[in-house]
Amino acid sequence: MSTRQDRGYRSLLLSELLKTFRKWRTYIGFIAIAVLVPVVQVGLKLEGGSIVNSVTRSLSGDFFFVGNLFNGYFVTHLIMNSLWVHIPFLISLVAGDELAGEATAGTFRLILTRPVSRSRILMTKYAATLLYTAALVIFLGALSTMLGVALFGAGDLIVVKDGLTVIPEGDVLPRLGIAFGLAVWSMWCVASLAFLLSSLVENPIGPIIGTMTIIIVFFVIGNIPVELFASIKPYLFTSYLTVWQEALRVPIDWQGVLQTCLRLLAFSIGFYLITWYIFTHKDILS
Amino acid sequence: MIEKRSTISNLPCGFRNFGLYTVTKQNAMDEETILQTVQLGKRYKTRWAVRDLDLTVRRGEVFGFLGPNGAGKSTTIRMLLTLVAPTTGHVEIFNRELLGNRSEVLARVGGLVENADFYQYLSARENLQVVAAFKGGVARSEIDHALELVGLAGRANEKVKSYSHGMKQRLGIAQALMGNPEFIVLDEPTAGLDPQGIKEVRDLIIALSRERAITIFLSSHLLSEIEQMATHMAIINRGSLIVQGKVRDLLNSAENFVSIDARPVEQTLTVLQDLPYIGAVRRKDGSLELTMAHEKTAELTARLVREGIEVHAIIPKRSLEEYFLAITEGVSEISPPASSAGSDRTHAH
Repeated sequence: MSTRQDRGYRSLLLSELLKTFRKWRTYIGFIAIAVLVPVVQVGLKLEGGSIVNSVTRSLSGDFFFVGNLFNGYFVTHLIMNSLWVHIPFLISLVAGDELAGEATAGTFRLILTRPVSRSRILMTKYAATLLYTAALVIFLGALSTMLGVALFGAGDLIVVKDGLTVIPEGDVLPRLGIAFGLAVWSMWCVASLAFLLSSLVENPIGPIIGTMTIIIVFFVIGNIPVELFASIKPYLFTSYLTVWQEALRVPIDWQGVLQTCLRLLAFSIGFYLITWYIFTHKDILS
Repeated sequence: MIEKRSTISNLPCGFRNFGLYTVTKQNAMDEETILQTVQLGKRYKTRWAVRDLDLTVRRGEVFGFLGPNGAGKSTTIRMLLTLVAPTTGHVEIFNRELLGNRSEVLARVGGLVENADFYQYLSARENLQVVAAFKGGVARSEIDHALELVGLAGRANEKVKSYSHGMKQRLGIAQALMGNPEFIVLDEPTAGLDPQGIKEVRDLIIALSRERAITIFLSSHLLSEIEQMATHMAIINRGSLIVQGKVRDLLNSAENFVSIDARPVEQTLTVLQDLPYIGAVRRKDGSLELTMAHEKTAELTARLVREGIEVHAIIPKRSLEEYFLAITEGVSEISPPASSAGSDRTHAH
């Protein structure tokens, strides 16, 4: 049964999506991906198999490789490494603008004087942010896989992480599906952080720079092999952003994946609650 | 009953007053309180932007909220529309405490705070649709009607980015009308408009009050504007209420100033001292200011001329206007006019 309240939520979300997807800013991410993915792939095509050769050269003495290893899946896997800094940047462009942009434009005065509570407005804005994030990551996955297979063909996927893993051709697509699903989940955490920073200021530049700074600093801290840093690593959300790589292990450690996803969820909820507290207690002076 | 409001001839900004008509409904509706602020105050860090503000607006009024820039008008309006949380006191709209009944109350209120800012990348119609969504959805015909009312129907599908300031301001009034509010709050609706734009907005506000029976709260830093649009008014300065009441009563109070430019000044003073109907006299920039009943002006003029004094000008002034001009010009520590007949309450400054 559709209640009045449901309809209210739906029309709010629709108007939020209208706003998000009518903004030029929203398409910067999609355009960047639509330009960079073909550029990288065409570059790899021209460069030939030298990259995969460098990986397999040392092993070819002991193993005998059959078939096309430098294929579309391998290329997609390479591109997925952009998830640690490039994609967060494109996400923060929109997520960081979500609240601060309204403050800059003066449009908070237009919507926060209405009979809809700030909590609800925040929720619809957050939902629009998460939808944008998911759309961007899925776009990256779909484009790089399809273009990759078109340019390089399909084949087994070799993954070099803690040794060499070979995923048979028939298993690759579902594995990549899971990997991009996990990537969406982890990028939601990044989006939540940018959203939080967006509630603090009246200019979207701050949240964008802030998000990137935090990600880079936390990554560095998490990867310096010092005992002190190692002990705080579990408390940094950036330690879990690479969860998508777990989908390319054989076999998948589902227990570990679930645990990491729950931690990411806890970070996202934490960021959201802080945002909610700030936003509902804020005097709108813009 | 329709009555013609008395016109006033010497508006400070050169505006002519075109005899406004106000509808006075002689029934119980008149007394229904729409807005009440109780000891409302807001402190930013250490500075009080608004302090102990008690305002009352009743149904059918066009309530002018007058004060110089920085007096606390905008902060008050932001508190009325829940953008800013009061430090002290509270707001009641439709006899309900605002923050505790926010959704029900604001469903019946429209507002425009400061400049009319919109989503630049959306058309005027889409902007109204966004606002309508926050009002729980509004029929398309209502959006069309609002656009027509403010004269933007022809350009409704253009992006707001291409709009002039005046068009945005009119769209600002259109968005305040979404969802058929009974009460609208407009913050400086004519700010930055050219004389033609000011007239259009003024006519629109008067029409909304008269034809759609909307109670209107509007702020301004221009007395002339309040005078032309409002039925009731309050003056605020440095965060505190100075006076509130009917515009007519406040501006035409019996006790009035007259400014006299006559020479020689000393001889004029001597003559004035002998006249029983002249109150306090003081010099100001070579002319004399005194309190007297306006109907004695002709008698005074004849007397001065008989004494052989050159009379250059006798200008009737209203004490409230004088007071307001003084605070707007930044003259500090001037005391408000002592008696303002008909005002609901008078606060010491």
